[in-house]
Parts: sequence; structure tokens; C-alpha cells
Amino acid sequence: MSLVTRQPERTRRSPWLAVFYWLVIVVTSVPIFVMVLYSFNNAPTSRITFAWNGFTTYWYRNLGQVNGLTHAFIVSIEVAVISSLISVVIGTPLAMALGRYKFWGMGSITAIVFADIAAPAIVVGAASLSFFLSINLNTGLLTILIAHVAFNVAYVVVVVRARLSGMDQSIEDAARDLGANPLVTFYRVTLPLLWPGLLAAFLLAFAMSIDDYVITSFIAGSTVTFPLFVYGAAKVGLPPQVLCFGTLIFVVGLLLAFGNGFLNRRHLVQRADTEDSLTH
Amino acid sequence: MTTIQARIAKEPGSLRRWVSRHSPPYWLSLVGVGWMVLFFLIPLISGLIVSLETGNPVKGYTLTWNWHIYSQIFVHSDIPYTTFFIRSLIYGGSATILCILIAYPMAYYIAFRVSPRWKNSLLLLVLISFFISFVIRTDMWAFVLADQGIVVTTLRHLHLVSANFHILGTAGAVIGGDVYNNLAFMVLPIYVALERIDVRILEAARDLYANSRQTFLKTVLPLSRAGIFAGVLLVFISTVGDPVNSALLGGANTYTIGQAIQDAYLNNQQFNVAAALSTMLMLMLGVIMFIYARIFGTENIENLV
Repeated sequence: MSLVTRQPERTRRSPWLAVFYWLVIVVTSVPIFVMVLYSFNNAPTSRITFAWNGFTTYWYRNLGQVNGLTHAFIVSIEVAVISSLISVVIGTPLAMALGRYKFWGMGSITAIVFADIAAPAIVVGAASLSFFLSINLNTGLLTILIAHVAFNVAYVVVVVRARLSGMDQSIEDAARDLGANPLVTFYRVTLPLLWPGLLAAFLLAFAMSIDDYVITSFIAGSTVTFPLFVYGAAKVGLPPQVLCFGTLIFVVGLLLAFGNGFLNRRHLVQRADTEDSLTH
Repeated sequence: MTTIQARIAKEPGSLRRWVSRHSPPYWLSLVGVGWMVLFFLIPLISGLIVSLETGNPVKGYTLTWNWHIYSQIFVHSDIPYTTFFIRSLIYGGSATILCILIAYPMAYYIAFRVSPRWKNSLLLLVLISFFISFVIRTDMWAFVLADQGIVVTTLRHLHLVSANFHILGTAGAVIGGDVYNNLAFMVLPIYVALERIDVRILEAARDLYANSRQTFLKTVLPLSRAGIFAGVLLVFISTVGDPVNSALLGGANTYTIGQAIQDAYLNNQQFNVAAALSTMLMLMLGVIMFIYARIFGTENIENLV
């Protein structure tokens, strides 16, 4: 027996932290449970009711019945896809500039990116409307797209830059040493390594765009997006179909998140295997 | 600069080399920065300009450098904007403090008490409410907390509360909604800060006979300050200006500055008043955050991005 006995790493620990964590998770899940549950409620009217009237899939089978809802949903998807794509395309080079170079003006650019994320949505929305009014640009789909790209670029920069800083730069250096020009280095080396970061950035931008109510409410003109529709309907009572759309988005989002996690895990396992076979 | 010019003068063609070596980051950032400057920064300034215009919704507005608008909205206004500002700051402040108190134990639990393979799943659970639309999830709370909703009716049946007890329409409901919608923005930065702490420091503290309370107060809490700072920044700014929680969960007595800006712009078309309110809100938040950063945040702001 050794003289110095190491104390056990994990001494007796109270379960309160775990209890607290799960309690908060349960409370934050309440709106999700209610949404999924009441999307199946056999409500007698076309507005959600407090009483439970039995199970039905009627609202799912009649998703398109509500005037304007499906159209608003499609508009939101379009805006989210287009604005996220543009944001990734223009945000990625910016992230590379910030992550791979030291240059004059870097601090100011970082400050703008940070301000773009931190600025209160209500101020950004009001200011954007002021701007579009003063340049006489009619509000509508175009202004929604412009504004969504303006806030999404910042998120893309943060995500892609984080991915870049986790990447081994020596691989890019090696490509250059082997005579690849910057463009070839980018397409053959940087881009394939950066791919998961770009996907994550796209998904985050998509989520921010499809969920935005405050900024869009100022600059939408007569265009109606999904959050605008829901907000308008919320004042008089939601049609159950809104809950159906919400449930569908929830399920798709969850599948994407799990799919992404699963891919990452498999990637890690594969890498561990290769490293294993290399060392033995 | 002089050395560069001297070198350029000496070697022909080296200007081009110098430019080509130093220009890539500028080319790369051109479009992204341009977009943010044109559609984010300049609009913030144009908000200030619109606030100095006078006119009415019918005839239109012209720039008259009407600085009086700022004294008008605070002093000689029929609408008590000062009250809305103070109320919003109180709601945002309370929500931010509650967020810290709830988020810290959660982040601590994930960072220190959970085996690495479960950490991502537990973080995903914190984000779970983001998988449903912001407006839907807030309205679902309004549905649950309404007078005919499950919570209030149950409490009344159990005779725990009187018949005129309400949740919806109170300040508590609005602050609760703010906390619920922003909790993850507090958990994530605190978790990141805690995760960076070297466990050996905690072991060292124990070896030096610090009890668990001392270890926490003297090592963990100071080392996670940057995380709390980032969380406060995100949560406070977004809750003070938010119009949705107060509109869906609040009532006549919980009207906030966010709603006032929205109504002035979209319903009353008082563009100058709305722009003045929004500029004022931005300045106020800027000053508060600046003071807060000087007192609590020594970290470089770039670390947060």
C-alpha cells in the first residue's frame, strides 16, 4: 500500500444540479408538448380551443385549408434558403480573411460583425425601414431578403471562422509548398475541410431567417412570412394548422440535428480507427 | 510607410508585389463587409436622420433637423414614453438576472458533472425550444397560462388562488417569457467558459484545502466571468427591445418600448417619433453596455465573436 493515497476523483455529490437541470428542461418543453398535442385536437372550430375533444389527424390532412398560411410558409422557406445561400457565399470569404490573415481594419470588421449580432432586432428593423424609406425602395420580398442577409452574414462569419480556427493550417501550407496556387488550394484542400462548417453556418442562417419576426415585421410591406402570419393569427386564436406546420418544422429540425450529430460521431469513430491502424 | 515607399522606389515592380501580398484579405472581405455597412451600419445612421424630419403621414416627411423631437418624446408627450423605457429596462434587467441564476447551474452541470459523450446531447436539449418557431412557442405559453388555460384553472380548482388571479397580462408573464426565450443564450457562453477551465486548477484549490464553496467562489466563478459577460450582453439587449413577449404574454400595463416603436412606425406612421425612440433605445443600451463592460468585462470583445 502506498503512503499517498489519491482521493477519489468524484466524492459524494448531491443530485440537486441534475434535478434542477431536468426540471428546467421539462418546463421549457411545455410549449412543444402543447403544440404537438393540440395539433391533433379534434377542435369543433377552426381556432385552437382549450378543451380536449379527442384525437384527429384532420388538420394535417387539411394543411392547405387556411387562407394564406401555406403561401406564407412557402415565402418563408424561399427567403430562408436564398438569404442563407447568399450569406454563406459572401460570409465565407470574410471569415477566411479574418481567420487566415492579419490586416489593418480587422478590429473594425470584427466590431461590425459583433454589433450585427448584438444589435436589438427592434432597432435594426426600425432603422432598416428608415433606410429603405429614405432611398425610396418599396418594402417587400426584396427588402426582406436584403435585411435577412445583413443579419445572417454575421452568424455565418462566426461559425465558419470557428471551424477555420479548428482546422490544421499546415495542410494548406503543404499544398502551397507543393505548388498549388491559392485557388487550387482553396478548392482541393480548404473547401473540403470547411464543408461541415459551411453546412452548420447555412443551417444556423436558415433557422434565424425562418424564425425572424421583429425585423421582418418592419420591412415586409404587403408580403407575409410564416412568423408574420402566426403573429397576426395569434391575436384572434391560431388555426390548428399553424400547430401542424410548427410540429412538422420541429420534427424536421430534430432529424437534421440528430443526423448531423450522427454523421459527426461516425466521422470521429472512423478517424479514431484510422489513427488506431496507423499506430499499431 | 516611408520605408515601403523607399523600397518601392528602389525596386521596380515591387509595388505590384506588395499590393498582391497584402490585398487578399481586403478582396475576401469586400462583399461581406460592404453588405453589412450598406444594409446594417448606414441604416442605423439613417434612423437618426429620419428622427430629425418633420411632417405627417399624409404629406410626407422632410429633413428639418428637428432636434426637439428628443425632448418632445420624453417631456411634452401625450404618450408616456419615459415610462415605457423604464419598464423595458426593468423587464430586461430582471430577465437577465433570472437567466444567470437559472443558466449557471445548468451550464455547470453539463460542464463538470456529465461524461463527455453526453455533453452534446444535453446542450441540444437546452436548445430544444429553438426547434419551434419563436412566435408559436411564445403563443403556446399564452395558451397554457391563459385564464381558461390548464395552469390557472388547475390552481383555481385546488383553491390555491382566488378567482381573480391571472398570470397572462402580468409583468411576471412577460419577464417569464423573456427568460424562456433567451435562456439558451446564457447557458451556451457560460458553458463554453466553464469548459475552458483546466480541471487541475480546481484540484489544486482542493489540495490547498479550499472547501467546495471557496473553490467555486475563488476559482470557478472568476474564470467563467467572460461567459457571464457575453450572456448578459446578448440577453439584456434582446429582452429590453423585444416587442413580442410583452404583446403576446402581457396586457395594457406591460406595454414596452419595443411595442411603442412598432406601433409608432407601423400603425401610426409617425416615422420621426419611431426613429427617435429607436435611436434613443440604441444609445441607452450602448451606454449601459459600455459602463457594464468597463466595470465587469476586462476581456477583449473579439474573444466573444
